[in-house]
Amino acid sequence: MSSENFDVEYVADLARIKLTPDEIKMFQTQLGLVLEHVAKLNQIDVSQVEPMAHSFPIYNVFREDETRESLEREAALANAPQQAQGLFIVTKVLE
Amino acid sequence: MEVTSLTVHELQALIRAGQISPREAVEALGRRIEEVDPLIHGYLSHDLERAVSEAQQVDVRLPLGGVPISIKDVINVKGHPCGCASKILDGYVAPYDATVIAKLRAAGAIPFGRVNMDEFAMGSSTENSAFGPTRNPWDITRIPGGSSGGSAAVVAADEGFAALGSDTGGSIRQPAALCGRVGLKPTYGRVSRYGLVAFASSLDQIGPITKDVRDAAILMNVISGPDKFDSTSLSDQVPNFTANLDQGVKGLKLGLPKEYFIEGIDPEVDKTVRAAVARLEELGAEVFEISLPHTEFALSTYYIIAPAEASANLARFDGVRYGFRAKETNSLLEHYGKTREEGFGPEVKRRIILGTYVLSSGYYDAYYLRAQKVRTLIRQDFAAAFEKVDAIVCPTSPTAAFKLGERTNDPLSMYLADIFTLAANIAGICGVSVPCGFLAREGKQLPVGLQILGQELNEATVLRVAYAYEQNTEWHKAKPPIA
Repeated sequence: MSSENFDVEYVADLARIKLTPDEIKMFQTQLGLVLEHVAKLNQIDVSQVEPMAHSFPIYNVFREDETRESLEREAALANAPQQAQGLFIVTKVLE
Repeated sequence: MEVTSLTVHELQALIRAGQISPREAVEALGRRIEEVDPLIHGYLSHDLERAVSEAQQVDVRLPLGGVPISIKDVINVKGHPCGCASKILDGYVAPYDATVIAKLRAAGAIPFGRVNMDEFAMGSSTENSAFGPTRNPWDITRIPGGSSGGSAAVVAADEGFAALGSDTGGSIRQPAALCGRVGLKPTYGRVSRYGLVAFASSLDQIGPITKDVRDAAILMNVISGPDKFDSTSLSDQVPNFTANLDQGVKGLKLGLPKEYFIEGIDPEVDKTVRAAVARLEELGAEVFEISLPHTEFALSTYYIIAPAEASANLARFDGVRYGFRAKETNSLLEHYGKTREEGFGPEVKRRIILGTYVLSSGYYDAYYLRAQKVRTLIRQDFAAAFEKVDAIVCPTSPTAAFKLGERTNDPLSMYLADIFTLAANIAGICGVSVPCGFLAREGKQLPVGLQILGQELNEATVLRVAYAYEQNTEWHKAKPPIA
């Protein structure tokens, strides 16, 4: 665990966030410090510890597969930045 | 007496007695907002006309009949904007009610306004709002805490009777402490998260910020319970939280965790909280020193788990289905990159990037998996403590409210503001912050909060301790100097 390999530009690309050169510089420093801080966890021996994703032992919760009311198409589309003919408009994916 | 200075239970009593109408209560709130909100900036928006029309139709015999409740901008209220104080949700209008809102409505309450917060609930000062910070009513040069800073500030300034907030690492308790009000984080799963915009799904809980402990119990009676729309909500029976409030603390065992009285805590906060614990002892509680040995690792654990979950949750903001979309992009990747660049503020970007990193190939085991294991140890600390004591008492925040701008350039120092609250989220237990005194800074009185942590599903006990303390002190009656 170390921040040496942390490349903010590469990770931002994975997260689909473009950054300005100023942001790249600032986040690299700030997050480098945060990563140094969290390296504190290396002090603990966790070899015998089970990981916990969730505070309670709730596993699968099942229900009957029944149709029920959902949003009308119009309501679902109402917040779209661009829509037409009952569809969301996206930026062209294929040339 | 001003209507707006009433608690929820006082207002209810007057409404039921026919001495005030719900419409008058809403209108009084509107006038108070006009008067003080230009100084506080607690509200992002409010629709007085709609609230008045709802007030005229409400059944005042219901448990919260006619009481307006201010809503944090992260909870969906059908027909109201829900922007998470972010540009990326610009123009978004909620198409449905969150479960807590449906429950409030069923109880006769009026969901009122949108209160300010740190963008996507990420922050401890409300300075990360894309629409400008909220100010602390006790000193408007200071922050109200966060992320539910708007919720706490409007209740403190009497421009809200009570509010809903959300707490992922302290975001209800810390601002409640810094604004001198009561804030409760329920047990994880006690309150449905359906309709709460997700930040870190294994940590988030909705809860009340109120003027006194009885109000917090009243709101908990309404919003708690299992929900078929949230499979992490707990099916356990919900007790009547107001029934045993006044049982006192005689015979209760309280634990004082030695790891919470450390270097870095403001000496006056330390003194004030110790005096509050001494008061509880006078009232008949037995106080024991306890140890929560993994406390020092909670911050690091939190700042791996919460950003990791956030990076996955916030992937949905892609400029396609709702909210803001960058203009003139030529490819889908450019569309995503620019939309998220222009739509998210700096703290949200930082956390998404951090979360993406700790989950990325080659680093997952070193960071995320290790943090999940330490999470188990932190939970075990609390489980062992609750074998010995009924509740844990400690400070809510290591300092009183700090100055606007004081920590904005140093994320790590901002993260430290939550050092006493985030372990409860990691472990999934419940906790409340109750006012326990003031300290003086530059001629201003700044509130200090006493935090009472309880075992999972044991909100009734923390409320009982908080109520006993509150009813034997005067702190909750103090009003900020705002006009």
